[in-house]
Amino acid sequence: MTDVAVVGFSQAPHERRTSGTTNGVEMLVPIFREVFAATGLSKRDIGFWCSGSSDYLAGRAFSFISAIDALGAVPPITESHVEADAAWALYEAYLKIRTGEADTALVYGFGKSSAGDLRRILALQLDPYLVAPLWPDSVSIAGLQARLGIEAGLWSERDMAQVAMRSRRDAADNPAAQLAKSADVDELLAQPYLADPLRVHDCAPITDGAAVVVLANADRACNIVENPAWITGFEHRVDSGQLGGRDLTTSPSTSAAAKAAGADGVEVAELHAPFTHQELLLRAAIGLSDSVRINPSGGALAGNPMFAAGLTRIGEAATQIMRGTARKTLGHATSGPALQQNLICVMEGRA
Amino acid sequence: MSKNRAAVLGTGQTHHRAKRGDVSMAGLCREAIDRAMADAKVDWADIDAVVVGKAPDLFEGVMMPELYLADALGAVGKPLLRVHTAGSVGGATAIVAASLIQSGVHQRVLAVAWEKQSESNAMWALSIPVPFSMPVHAGAGGYFAPHVRSYIRRSGAPAHIGSLVAVKDRLNGAKNPYAHLRQPDITFESVQASAMLWDPIRYDETCPSSDGACAIVLGDERAATAVDRPAWLHATAMRSEPTTFAGRDQVNPQAGRDAAAALWRQAGITDPLAEVDVAEIYVPFSWFEPMWLENLGFTPEGDGWKLTEAGATAMGGALPVNPSGGVLSSNPIGASGMLRFAEAAMQVMGRAGDHQVDGARTALGHAYGGGSQFFSMWVVGSERP
Repeated sequence: MTDVAVVGFSQAPHERRTSGTTNGVEMLVPIFREVFAATGLSKRDIGFWCSGSSDYLAGRAFSFISAIDALGAVPPITESHVEADAAWALYEAYLKIRTGEADTALVYGFGKSSAGDLRRILALQLDPYLVAPLWPDSVSIAGLQARLGIEAGLWSERDMAQVAMRSRRDAADNPAAQLAKSADVDELLAQPYLADPLRVHDCAPITDGAAVVVLANADRACNIVENPAWITGFEHRVDSGQLGGRDLTTSPSTSAAAKAAGADGVEVAELHAPFTHQELLLRAAIGLSDSVRINPSGGALAGNPMFAAGLTRIGEAATQIMRGTARKTLGHATSGPALQQNLICVMEGRA
Repeated sequence: MSKNRAAVLGTGQTHHRAKRGDVSMAGLCREAIDRAMADAKVDWADIDAVVVGKAPDLFEGVMMPELYLADALGAVGKPLLRVHTAGSVGGATAIVAASLIQSGVHQRVLAVAWEKQSESNAMWALSIPVPFSMPVHAGAGGYFAPHVRSYIRRSGAPAHIGSLVAVKDRLNGAKNPYAHLRQPDITFESVQASAMLWDPIRYDETCPSSDGACAIVLGDERAATAVDRPAWLHATAMRSEPTTFAGRDQVNPQAGRDAAAALWRQAGITDPLAEVDVAEIYVPFSWFEPMWLENLGFTPEGDGWKLTEAGATAMGGALPVNPSGGVLSSNPIGASGMLRFAEAAMQVMGRAGDHQVDGARTALGHAYGGGSQFFSMWVVGSERP
């Protein structure tokens, strides 16, 4: 089976409420143009297309049909879609290239969270018979998880505030970031709770955004970029959907995916942690040492475009290799309540 | 480098009904999964990954229901992938599951597709106004009826062809113990007497709305050789095109023609009508049988209805189409495509019971979705490719 590499990445600016799109897909047009310019590829060169989006976020059935219009799929294309973060679409595309059916693939995700009430929409991911009717929203569930970790002595509110400060200050170098500055930890801890023990700074912002990643096989990758980010491990797992049926202070799915993907020795990790305590939880689950640079982009705490944020982490981690600033990195994506489903993509440079 | 071989090891489905009030969504999926795993003679430890497909989440009112269903689907601790490509999704789900094996990543994969339409109202879910888009508010029948009228005008097909298909598929469905509609007494006259819903589509020429699920266990070459008569994958193809664009042919869409051409090429089939023994084609409104026969290349353009009129698509004909009873007999939307793919496999495995086509060795499974714009299809055979 052929090796597969990330050869291109582009993302829309992360905005609280964009006026540039009604259904989300207009955000794709400029970033397609950008990634085609950077890779020297055109629409006709792409062997397989795959996307991630959500009908519930868009408030309509078949949200991805509008995207087919945006990419101008004439003549017809070989295309698929996952109802999940586009990181899982990237996985499907990675398989397609490995089978030899495509040389290149373009993967995109998009979400316009400002169109609805995100906290309540995400409550509809829960057991529809016994849990969802109570409307436990996503921030409250994350608050329960954070509280369990604090009581178990795994992290403190101060640790969490430090994650927020570091992430948002790092985001100063990320032109796409929505939030790119932070007060000091003591000032953050003086703020009121949003959902005890979470304060506003512990939560990812609500973001409109989109991202695109281009993959290529071994024959094509080196002709597209000087330094492809070769995928050396790509794994994902899911945990129980019953919140009471798993230990919310651990993430067995992350640990298993990281082990299978060979995450040891990464220099940079881009973790999809929409809440500060989740970064701490993920670092432990993957087994990342203190020397690993976490989320130099600012991570999801600086901008969290639903259904594109996980793909964005992989794109950011790949960029570190393509730019020659790291030799081995990982991108992580999560889906579902309280880190239920997790994906790890490990990439290496060969320069 | 070529891909690894893959095969269907077993299939399973629910008893499809208008309302399965006796099971939850989890119970519905599990009914199909348990049958597929028993058919494939595998246990949970043998399953490496789970791929789930269904049409819009608004049909049940649960966002990404595979998350809550992870336990019931046996996916906990394993990779779980959710596919959504409109009405073609059941087929696309099987193809994605196959790629998990063809890429050398896994040995055995469980694919599940389902819809529990009674939980909600599909007409409502499909009619949400989208800003700056033309509202249809017509449901699928109102949307596709003009395509059918256009087909009749272009091909010169006689007006009774649609009723012939409806009678054939419903009589086939009467032999399928899992079918939603089982109408052994249906006649050409009774179909013609049924109400005209969207001219020229009558009530009896329309698919039902069903609760149902389908599951397929796929395996690699080693897993397949351990099974008695697996269905080997000979080819898979998917194509998409936009809903509207200048010059688009909605009656005979290019995406479908391109997918079929790629499929036959991959399967090494040069004369589909002669080389394919049985076809399960996604026919939600009876007129789509002749339309897709042409789009798939079984006949030249304009000649599909002649095959139907001559009885060639009936059991015992040159190309039996939809021996399961097809979408006209059962339509749990998200599962409908996979039911076509599963029936194709059952036929070449010799496991189709009373609707078995004698000596079927090569079979087509086909699905489409959206405004006739998303296509997925596979060819399976009794011989290792």
